[in-house]
Amino acid sequence: MTGRSRPAAATGTAAPDAPAPREGGKGRALAGRIGSTQVIYLALAGVMLVGWVLVALDGGDFLTLETIVGIQQRSAALGIVAVGQTLAILVGSLDLSVAYLISLTSLVAAEIMAGQDGGIVPGVAAVLAVSALIGLVNGLVITRLHVHAFIATLGTALIVKGIVDHLYDGPAGSVPDSFQRLGYDRIGPVPVSALLWAAVALAVWFLLRRTRLGYRIYAVGGDEEVARLSGVRTGRIVVAAHILCSVCAGVAGLLLASRLGAGAPTVGTDGGYDLESIAAVVLGGTALAGGRGGVAGTVGGVLLLAVLDSVFNQLEVNAFFKDVVRGVVIVAAVAVYARRGARRRSR
Amino acid sequence: MRALRSMGPILAVLAVLLVLIALVNPFFLEPAGFLAFLKRAAPLVILAAGQYFVIVSGEFDLSVGSLVTVQVVVAARLIDGQEEATWPVLALLIVIGLLVGLANGVITTGLRVPSFITTLGMMLVLSGAVFLWTGGAPRGALSETFRMFGRRDLGPVPWSVLVLLAAGTAAILLMRSDFGKRLIATGDNERAAGLSGVRVDRTRIAAFVVSGLAAAVAGILLGGFAGVSAQVGQGLEFQAITAVVLGGVALGGGRGSVVAAMAGAFTLEALFTLLNLYGISGALEFAVQGVIIIAAVAASSVRLPFRRALRV
Repeated sequence: MTGRSRPAAATGTAAPDAPAPREGGKGRALAGRIGSTQVIYLALAGVMLVGWVLVALDGGDFLTLETIVGIQQRSAALGIVAVGQTLAILVGSLDLSVAYLISLTSLVAAEIMAGQDGGIVPGVAAVLAVSALIGLVNGLVITRLHVHAFIATLGTALIVKGIVDHLYDGPAGSVPDSFQRLGYDRIGPVPVSALLWAAVALAVWFLLRRTRLGYRIYAVGGDEEVARLSGVRTGRIVVAAHILCSVCAGVAGLLLASRLGAGAPTVGTDGGYDLESIAAVVLGGTALAGGRGGVAGTVGGVLLLAVLDSVFNQLEVNAFFKDVVRGVVIVAAVAVYARRGARRRSR
Repeated sequence: MRALRSMGPILAVLAVLLVLIALVNPFFLEPAGFLAFLKRAAPLVILAAGQYFVIVSGEFDLSVGSLVTVQVVVAARLIDGQEEATWPVLALLIVIGLLVGLANGVITTGLRVPSFITTLGMMLVLSGAVFLWTGGAPRGALSETFRMFGRRDLGPVPWSVLVLLAAGTAAILLMRSDFGKRLIATGDNERAAGLSGVRVDRTRIAAFVVSGLAAAVAGILLGGFAGVSAQVGQGLEFQAITAVVLGGVALGGGRGSVVAAMAGAFTLEALFTLLNLYGISGALEFAVQGVIIIAAVAASSVRLPFRRALRV
């Protein structure tokens, strides 16, 4: 009988070099020592090296101040969204509404600020409130109405899209010059936007590694039923993760508003932040089913995408070819993780 | 009998929507009006039927939208208005659909990549590759014969309705065959299915191939119906998944029927028609759609004891 359950079949297909379950080969020991976070940073270093060589052969200079700043600038907004998305995915959910939420919050910020310095505080507060509300709705629909996260957040996305498209045809509002400094200023080689991203990432890292909520997020994502039986109020954890995820998207909306100088109804979808942020999280080694992974990997995943982008820009590669490579890279990375996971656990 | 009970809610919603449409637009009750509705719905219903095979086996297929775009763009460029090129190109499109499905299935099962990621990557690769090939925008034109399937009638019945009937019948027969039973067993509990002799990987690959084929057929119909554009397939993957879930099919696999999935697609299309008829302005349509989708899924999942974890 050739029919087998998936884990068994996987060890079979991982041949020829997959070691038998109890064998302690050299490759296995190495694989045991390197976590998926290290893998993504190794890949990042590799891509930078290859990029540097390719650009040098092309007669350019890869590691200029300009490219380094460019990589940070490019990755900041996606990075902030992806850090939030990490929380949603870790808890065993996912959020498809972030792209439209970014558009909405960029408009909210720009409309409330209306070019006045005095509007910055209310504008930021309103954005945080709106995004927290959307996150709350996502979380409650998933936990209370028992709607699958995919459909729940897709539904919220459609609702936000409907409202935004109904009210706005094009860019609206404006942010004061002082707020634009968030998007364009830099301290030495580090843009302020990258510092903001670092701050968000550090905060979420601290949350996940040092707080009770963080541990519970892993517990619920790992096995919701076990977490529930151990006394975790799983519903609240899922809601909290979704609120934080949406707030991160709101912060990204603020950043994009400060770059554009105005709010735009398409800024979120043009950036493809919904699927792209999920791709970055998974590229960083976080399991799509939840419970395994972390922020450090996500940061690596986002940087990897940004470096790829930067290399392609310098080589002046066709934009469509970039998409092809990006798709292949994402799938290949996850295939590598899956293989390592199967080898290590050999359930 | 059990199948009928599980399909009750979606058929009731569909009936209500159809009655509401008929109240505003009596033309809808005439054969021509109703056939026009079926013709409009055909591509989505076929896509939903294909997506059902993937979802019931416990996976996702996010690549169908860009696959539809690829079909239409490739057809336009290769045919470029020449009648005699139609049939070879049609055959090629079907082959492309099958190959994309095969690739999705093999990567998902062989490399153990979650299908959400496999098909997301495929979506990027397909849309990137096709526009790389055409230089950024669709070029060329479809031939009259090609457009016949999406646009013309055979006697009183539109071609696309005939294609829909054939595809629907095939889907139902496929689900009644041994393959269908193996597919549901795989989605329900792959370990149990595997231990009882189902080749779960092959079964899943076949499901992806069916979805690719459905996308190819839908692309051919949409090319004729809507014409050549770079946006023709945009968002169709989400619409197809929504339709399947509206039909009461559980994401995560193992539950739901293909007829219900197709009914879900009809319901979604009826909803679009109704919102148009009641003059709900373009953009707000999305908001209403979002509310209704959440409400419908919430209503149908009330009976489940607890949420099943996202299995992708």
